[in-house]
Amino acid sequence: MNRSVFFLPGCILLVLFVGIMASPAVESAPSDMLSEPKLEARARALAKDIRCLVCQNQSIDDSDADLARDLRLLVRERLLAGDSDDQVRDYLVARYGAYVLMTPPWGPATLLLWLGPGLIFLIGASLIVLRVFRSGRRTGPETGAADADGRP
Amino acid sequence: MTRRLLLLLPLLLFLVTAVYLARQLLSGRDPAHVPSALIGKSVPETILPPLKAGKPGFARVDFGTRDFPADPVLVNVFASWCVPCRAEHPYISALGRLEGVALYGFNVKDERKAALDWLQELGDPYARIGFDPAGRNAVEWGVYGYPETFLISPEGIVIYKHVGPLHPELIEREIMPRLRDFREGRGG
Repeated sequence: MNRSVFFLPGCILLVLFVGIMASPAVESAPSDMLSEPKLEARARALAKDIRCLVCQNQSIDDSDADLARDLRLLVRERLLAGDSDDQVRDYLVARYGAYVLMTPPWGPATLLLWLGPGLIFLIGASLIVLRVFRSGRRTGPETGAADADGRP
Repeated sequence: MTRRLLLLLPLLLFLVTAVYLARQLLSGRDPAHVPSALIGKSVPETILPPLKAGKPGFARVDFGTRDFPADPVLVNVFASWCVPCRAEHPYISALGRLEGVALYGFNVKDERKAALDWLQELGDPYARIGFDPAGRNAVEWGVYGYPETFLISPEGIVIYKHVGPLHPELIEREIMPRLRDFREGRGG
């Protein structure tokens, strides 16, 4: 049996990859969790959308930083005080600014951020469609000959 | 002819994007810096208990208001385990000796004894020191890094915040002009 030299390293990498992907997010310590499961579920969901300002690419749900834990506790404190999800978010934005939320706000300043990728996709897709459309017209179904570009 | 122009389009897009990104890279701005959400607003309503005997903590009443302006205040967030806090301390102390600005210390996530020892060792330039071991009050101020320094106007409005240690160049560039504004009756 002829195995490539990459087979074994490939297997090892695959196992590592699966292992890393399967590891759970940092969970709150049992003593931090709320006793009411619905509230706790809301707290976890909110935490996934709140940025840890110390490790800024992680949510407070994922981050091990001190500040992340402080904010996780704060979210639970506000939920216990009866705040809605939006009120909890507003509370944090009032103190830390819009950047504390992972989801950027929707407004004039962030319009390009939200619509940009879609726009680029549309431009690219239309360029491709135009290209195909033009090629289709040049070489009808009866000829298999190359068109002016040299493409079949 | 139009085909040639179309071929140039990706290059053009790239150049525009490159210039835009290069400007940000070369500007020296730190993209990880989070601007304070409190600028232009009144000082938060937190009440901070005292750290040491004989020196009061502070609350909103200890800052000036529109009706009763007071000295501008520099609120300095620090902790004994924070190395840059140690580095900036001499500059903070020197600034405190400057007439017209009061220094309030804001000790966060620290142990009382460690903080007191730290002040004993490095000197205590603060008129008031608030103690926030759990960090809950610090959240009201939007604190996320250590050290942080807030400049509060004579009317009790947050004018400026710096995350990270203060140093002479920064003090000269950001703090002194604002202090001069207060002294000459502008700003705030």
